Amino acid sequence: MKSYFFWIKITNSDCSLFKILKNILISLICISVLSVPGYAQENSDCMSCHEDNSLSGTKKGKQISVFVNQKTLTSSVHSGIDCISCHVDLEGSDFPHKEDVGKAQCTPCHDEIKTKYDKSLHGKAAAKGDPLAPMCQNCHGSHNIKQVKDLKSLVAPLNIPDLCGKCHKEGTPVQSQRKIDQTNIIENYSESIHGEGLLKKGLIVTATCTSCHTAHDILPHTDQRSSIARSNIANTCAKCHAEIELVHRKVIKGELWEKEANVLPACVDCHQPHKARKVFYNQGMADLDCLGCHDNKNIKSSDNHSLFVDYTLIKNSRHANITCSQCHSGVSPSHLRPCDSIIQKVDCSSCHAEIGEEYKLSTHGILKAKDDLNAPACLECHGTHNVLGTKDSKSPIFPINIPDLCAKCHREGEAASVRYKGTETEIIKNYTESIHGKGLMKSGLTVTATCTDCHTAHKELPHNNSLSSINSNNISSTCGSCHHGIQEQFEKSIHSPKVNKTEKALPTCDVCHTAHKIIRADSEGFKLKIMDQCGRCHEAISKTYFDTYHGKVSQLGYTKTAKCYDCHGAHDILPIENPASHLNRKNIVQTCQKCHSNANKQFAGYFTHATHHDPEKYPWLFWTFWGMTSLLIFTFVVAGLHTLLWLPRSLQWRREIEKRKSLKDDNADNVEN
Amino acid sequence: MITEEESNIKKQTQDVSRTDGKIVVLETQIERFSRLNRMLHVLMIISFISLALTGMTLKFSYTGWAVFLSKFFGGFEFAGYIHRFAALIMSSVFIIHIIDLLRIKRKEKKTLKEFLFGPDSMLFSRHDLKDFIASLKWFLGLGERPEYGRWTYWEKFDYFAVFWGIFIIGSTGLTLWFPEFFTQFMPGWVINVSTIIHSDEALLATGFIFTVHFFNTHLRPEKFPMDIVIFSGRVPLEEFKLDRPKEYKELVEKGELEKHLVEAYPLIVIKTIKVFGWTALIIGFSIIIWIIYAMIFAYK
Repeated sequence: MKSYFFWIKITNSDCSLFKILKNILISLICISVLSVPGYAQENSDCMSCHEDNSLSGTKKGKQISVFVNQKTLTSSVHSGIDCISCHVDLEGSDFPHKEDVGKAQCTPCHDEIKTKYDKSLHGKAAAKGDPLAPMCQNCHGSHNIKQVKDLKSLVAPLNIPDLCGKCHKEGTPVQSQRKIDQTNIIENYSESIHGEGLLKKGLIVTATCTSCHTAHDILPHTDQRSSIARSNIANTCAKCHAEIELVHRKVIKGELWEKEANVLPACVDCHQPHKARKVFYNQGMADLDCLGCHDNKNIKSSDNHSLFVDYTLIKNSRHANITCSQCHSGVSPSHLRPCDSIIQKVDCSSCHAEIGEEYKLSTHGILKAKDDLNAPACLECHGTHNVLGTKDSKSPIFPINIPDLCAKCHREGEAASVRYKGTETEIIKNYTESIHGKGLMKSGLTVTATCTDCHTAHKELPHNNSLSSINSNNISSTCGSCHHGIQEQFEKSIHSPKVNKTEKALPTCDVCHTAHKIIRADSEGFKLKIMDQCGRCHEAISKTYFDTYHGKVSQLGYTKTAKCYDCHGAHDILPIENPASHLNRKNIVQTCQKCHSNANKQFAGYFTHATHHDPEKYPWLFWTFWGMTSLLIFTFVVAGLHTLLWLPRSLQWRREIEKRKSLKDDNADNVEN
Repeated sequence: MITEEESNIKKQTQDVSRTDGKIVVLETQIERFSRLNRMLHVLMIISFISLALTGMTLKFSYTGWAVFLSKFFGGFEFAGYIHRFAALIMSSVFIIHIIDLLRIKRKEKKTLKEFLFGPDSMLFSRHDLKDFIASLKWFLGLGERPEYGRWTYWEKFDYFAVFWGIFIIGSTGLTLWFPEFFTQFMPGWVINVSTIIHSDEALLATGFIFTVHFFNTHLRPEKFPMDIVIFSGRVPLEEFKLDRPKEYKELVEKGELEKHLVEAYPLIVIKTIKVFGWTALIIGFSIIIWIIYAMIFAYK
């Protein structure tokens, strides 16, 4: 009885062990009510025999030791629990009890765990009578069960790899006779970041076997309920790596990573199970598996296209460190042909999620979604196994190669140019001859603008789409990505939609510079053309410009004369009231002096847009013009009449002269004769 | 009826010179223009046509012709140099002519009054009015052809038209040449006004010279197709007698005819003159056609 009181004290102090307390109360009642001599029901009764370390018994006909170390039992979590609480079949049995005692039962107390166990791989195997299937005591021990926190516990984190390894290391019957996909599990684990942390550094919070596989409801990864099923593995890893989404956000869009873990690469695709390390791993193994077949040059698909994979291409590509199965997702390594479970085409957006989203919104993506045969997907531009990135000169998306790449569809006569109904023509040819095209293709200046610099690489949209990089509202910032200084000037100018809130269409970069023909702004052609460009909107004022000296001279192809932008500025056109305007009172003389070095204030009073047709605005010009015109008309009328009247008389006079001449000649002849 | 002088002349015309195996009868001719005046007129023609062509390219810059011509002259900038250079030549012609007049005045020992209002003066006189009225009558069939003298009224008009033109076009041209200087004491719009005057007066000048002057001197049937007197300086005496009977009579009366009689130029000189004359005529007519085209068909 002494010992019971002792236990009550202990258990009272440990209220959390409610079930134990309950058991103790039950035991107390049993002892007080059923305390009948001749029944071996007290632990001391049991121990009277089992204390003997030479005591042996039989189990299923085998001779086994039935010695129970009192010390071990009292230091276990089950100390103070009646033997019969577990050895339930001995309850009320005669003393000494029968041979071949049944197994100790954990269920009366641990029924929840038992349910899980029964559903697990281990439990099912046990139910089938698999001799290799582990029971509770295989992992937890029997009389020596300790708390998990106790380092001596068999299931203490530090001991788990060994514990599981008993069955799952190489050479064990389980590993060789049961269907286990992974090999060298324990070795790999012990070398992994988890294994190293646990076993070498004693970091007991690191992942052990049970952290991933769970302790009791262990299921194969093919089972959807399994903690290591593809769809659950992210959650499993995230139990410890809670912030892992942040780390991977650039690679995998966080939300998708949890919700659609099945379509995305699972953690284990990159961080191979049991081998997990912080670095990217040597994943040659998986690739080699693929190459077992795909290295064969003669391998063909059912529709007779070659399935040969030139592995050197991959190894020299940007994806050198990516395994086959990361792109060709959905492989089942356990299958004879692991790839037979692949049903989806390669989806680059599983890694390049942001780009994938952009592409879906682009004209290319929209057409592709409509199953347009001509619409380019990733591989049409980037290639397949030979993805090289933008910096490799052999890459189709190397700046110098981009015009050719786009030309495949956008050159005159090709599919995209046939579809396109806009105003641009000869896009590729014009680009090639443009300042950008010449810079890129003749001078090899790779920082110059190619197709994708203006149209973007993945979100190409027609100009009338407000999201398009070439939409009139966005084009200044598109050009400004290189021509930043000009963008700054332009966005403060009267032509900028940020300043000018007019309903009328404002000019954008391409209106003056064109979209693809862009020529040097200091070339004669451009200088002469710009006046027509301004005139498209400023019709009246450009007409009057052409009535004055500057305009007339420029019409003759002379470019050193003042053109619109020489006076008004090119990108920094401001209303004249603005003190920064080139034509502001304070600045205008200076503006004239750019060409006329001795210009003065009165000189600046020259009408550069004068017309003699406006008597209100320019009376002097109007009256001078009409004065001169009247003089001209008057002179010509008088002189013309004089001449017209003269003409018939002159004819008559000519005839008379001829007559007189012939008469005279006759006379002369007569004289001579 | 044949006077002594006339028989002398007849003799002279029967002199025969041989050039290139052809027998050419050298007529007796009368000299109307001094060598200097002839040279000045040639220079005037060259500078006038240059000014007209280069100036019109600017005035009618909206035509393809203008662009072509401008390029032909080596681009607008060079055309401008030609224009200003020709302007300097024309001004020189004008100044040399004035100096020449003063020199003649001194040589003939005339007072200014005698020089300006004498019989050979270019200034309009009462006689010109009479001639003009008589001409109109003749045109209308109300009288005989007037007996024109040394200078006809239309020749005097042309002569003073040049004075007027040089003054108007020259002065406005200078403001356009040196706007920075002129705007120091004139408002800027004066340059606009100058442009209009310069260009319209030039239009008047070219229009007048290449139509009215051309008709009066070259195209009227008596002279058709061309009167080369301004280059050769001399006219056959027979023609002179009919054309300007008054002057002839006066010369005979004064006994000065002999003084003005000269030999005709050899054929090669005449041919050269004609080539030059035709060139000037053709350019002139082309400019007229071009102006009509530009003002009527291509006007913007």
